[in-house]
Amino acid sequence: MAYTEDDLKEELKSKEYEFGFTTDIESDKISIGLTEDTIRLISEKKNEPDWLLAYRLKAFNVWQAMHEPEWAHVKYNKPDFQAISYYAAPKQKKVLESLDEVDPELRKTMEKLGISLEEQKRLSGVAVDFVMDSVSVATSFKEKLGELGIIFCSFGEAVQNHPDLIKKYMGSVVPMTDNFYAALNSAVFTDGSFCYIPKGVRCPMELSTYFRINESGTGQFERTLVVADKGSYCSYLEGCTAPQRDENQLHAAVVELIALDDAEIKYSTVQNWYPGDDKGIGGVFNFVTKRGLCEKNAKISWTQVETGSAVTWKYPSCILKGDNSIGEFYSVAVTNNFQQADTGTKMLHIGKNTRSTIISKGISAGKSQNSYRGLVKIGKNAQNARNFSQCDSLLMSDRCGAHTFPYIECDNPTAKVEHEATTSKIGEDQIFYCLQRGIDEEKAIGLIVNGYAKEVLNKLPMEFAVEAQKLLEISLEGSVG
Amino acid sequence: MGEALTKKNRFLSSLTEGNSTHSYAALKELEHLDFPNRKTEDWRYTRVAPLINKLLRQSAVRPETENFYIPQLQSHKIVFSNGNLIKNEVADNNRITIKKLETSDLLLNSQASIDEIFTTINTAYTHGGIYIHLDKNTILEKPIEIIHLIDGQNTFAQIRKLIVLEQGAEAQIVEGYYSSETGLSFTNAVSEIIVKDNAKLHLDKIQFESEEHWHINSEYVYQESNSNFTINTITLNGGTVRNGLNISVDGNNCETNLNGLYLLKGKQHVDNHTKVDHKQPHCTSSELYKGMIDDQATGVFNGKVFVREDAQKIEAFQQNSNILLSENASMNAKPELEIYADDVKCSHGSTTGQFDDEALFYLKSRGISEKNAHALMAAGFAEDVLVNVTNEFIKLHINKLLKERFNWEL
Repeated sequence: MAYTEDDLKEELKSKEYEFGFTTDIESDKISIGLTEDTIRLISEKKNEPDWLLAYRLKAFNVWQAMHEPEWAHVKYNKPDFQAISYYAAPKQKKVLESLDEVDPELRKTMEKLGISLEEQKRLSGVAVDFVMDSVSVATSFKEKLGELGIIFCSFGEAVQNHPDLIKKYMGSVVPMTDNFYAALNSAVFTDGSFCYIPKGVRCPMELSTYFRINESGTGQFERTLVVADKGSYCSYLEGCTAPQRDENQLHAAVVELIALDDAEIKYSTVQNWYPGDDKGIGGVFNFVTKRGLCEKNAKISWTQVETGSAVTWKYPSCILKGDNSIGEFYSVAVTNNFQQADTGTKMLHIGKNTRSTIISKGISAGKSQNSYRGLVKIGKNAQNARNFSQCDSLLMSDRCGAHTFPYIECDNPTAKVEHEATTSKIGEDQIFYCLQRGIDEEKAIGLIVNGYAKEVLNKLPMEFAVEAQKLLEISLEGSVG
Repeated sequence: MGEALTKKNRFLSSLTEGNSTHSYAALKELEHLDFPNRKTEDWRYTRVAPLINKLLRQSAVRPETENFYIPQLQSHKIVFSNGNLIKNEVADNNRITIKKLETSDLLLNSQASIDEIFTTINTAYTHGGIYIHLDKNTILEKPIEIIHLIDGQNTFAQIRKLIVLEQGAEAQIVEGYYSSETGLSFTNAVSEIIVKDNAKLHLDKIQFESEEHWHINSEYVYQESNSNFTINTITLNGGTVRNGLNISVDGNNCETNLNGLYLLKGKQHVDNHTKVDHKQPHCTSSELYKGMIDDQATGVFNGKVFVREDAQKIEAFQQNSNILLSENASMNAKPELEIYADDVKCSHGSTTGQFDDEALFYLKSRGISEKNAHALMAAGFAEDVLVNVTNEFIKLHINKLLKERFNWEL
């Protein structure tokens, strides 16, 4: 369905966070706090094999010895890890035959989010693995994917049904010792998605997962693992919305991508967690570790539209290990009010003829702080490696900040590395041009911002591009002064 | 902790403490400071451990000076030998003061210097340096030429400068750092520069030291309204060089130009660290740093542009270009922008690459030998920075040093 200007107008009327609602489903929630027993309990509840419990406990030990990182350009009250419940699952446990069996309350939630499963099935061919508070309750298109040998299921299911794959790849890109939040996630992750594309298969549809924090005071520790075997292709979508809560909620996910020889993974994210109100109260802490590994001739492309969360700390990275592999990072990060974002990427060039592109567009408004932090490292053996980075920042108020912290390390003389960054505000001449043609200021800003972010929005799959465009405009509402 | 403390005490043991209130305060400060390690963000790419493990001493040897003056340049000459002021040509104009800096004159009002250990060491153990003061509306006709000579083994030279330009004053200063070929030595130089309303200072710094020499240079510049400050840092030779520039722009309509050229070979390491802090609106700053890195040398560029809240209408530009010439050469760049005002135009660019093959082919196809073609391209690459050296004698001198060092036959 076409999205018209009238629709946008309707949207704009509700200035409050539009997805701020809570679903009343009885939750299976364990008491707060984190000890070895909590981990044993989670593991037991999920009926996990011993090796996974051992992995969790080891991660827990690693985590206890670590300190919360402080180098990011963000300020916040550190979460109390003993005040979080580490497991919450909707009570209904039985396996569902069809969508009709899904709790009507839950269905309503999905509809509010704009994910009508049936319609999506018919119209867009998207298989949706809907994650509501850590446990997948609805998975569609499974059979269709099954015919091709594609495995797309919740992480918990994968542990039961495909332990070999999980054992082989889990923690291979993001080891549990990687950082504080990755270690925490490795210890307490509850569920997530797992995807495996067999050799030479081109996944015919966009795979997508909707995350949603629902239970008050529940941390979400998702784990996503995507493995694209030799010569395969898949496009994975991830979108987040969270209900309005006053206390800060922690989201510490780990995403691992593995692209074997000649494979390609496209990973797109629209992140719209609750950003807190205009006084800076509440909002989600988003501390995510995302990393992909490229083997020979493989390609990983990260696209993200970040509009939500009170504090974001996220660096989707590519390890370009194989020769001729390609890494891409396209990002739009919008911060408004008191939001803080410290986001960027790492491109580690190890193989020969590896290339990477970084396009990062930051938009800051209100009293927010928006930072780009990135590393481009060209290793000694990365002959003819090539990198191009562009980081632009747009400032929309005189109380916000836009920062750029690029690290460029080059150890090979045949490599070419380019980095450029600009910071400016929307030109008065641009606004004037629009006003003169009868476009009001708010609309003009929307137009200019969308044009500014187009390079990135273009990389998103169609369905997401429309949603992202809407999000950009809603996020910046009222920021024009 | 205990080990680090002993190391620090050992390193400082041969030095004699200064005897002013500034020195006492710095000594006290020093108790809390540690040498940077690889976790110190500002020193991420430069290791000082090999230096602080050495036993150094302050030395009073006087080397030969004559050959180091820039040929044909009419100037007020000042010579430092191993950190001691040995020659000081007093200006013939009584509106200009050039004299030995007494420790009681030390100024140090820059916040940035407080946690910088090498600056604090300088303040604590310095026994004077040079003080240059220009009265209101004084325009210096001849440039001031400051020569620094380091000689002997394991020499620890502390150099301190205080330069004050009163309202409307104008000056040009050229500094040359040279060292004898043998042995390890260490220069720890700190300058404080105050450029008041409508004043204008142009500074050329030539670094031509031996490959075993350590050089840590910290400049603290304070600019008032309508002032103009330009510094060209030309690093032609040296062992480990760290140039820290801290510019605090605290007035309207200021102009700041920072340029640098570094040509490295052998195992050299050069770290250019700049920080421009725009505290007031309507200013422009521009940075251009270019380098060629050969053999196993490593280059570092870390530039930071800081725009404070309400410092509107700032135009800040930063460019860093590098050419890697050998397999083992490496370059680390970190151009940063930290901006808290919205009506600004700030940009930075950083590139690392190699000479253009097509350009090389073009020259070779016109009968120019490969060696000369390389030299020609290198000279062209350097010229972008050297064009900012406005005095022709100084420029000639730099070009001559360049040719000698790289055996160019242009």
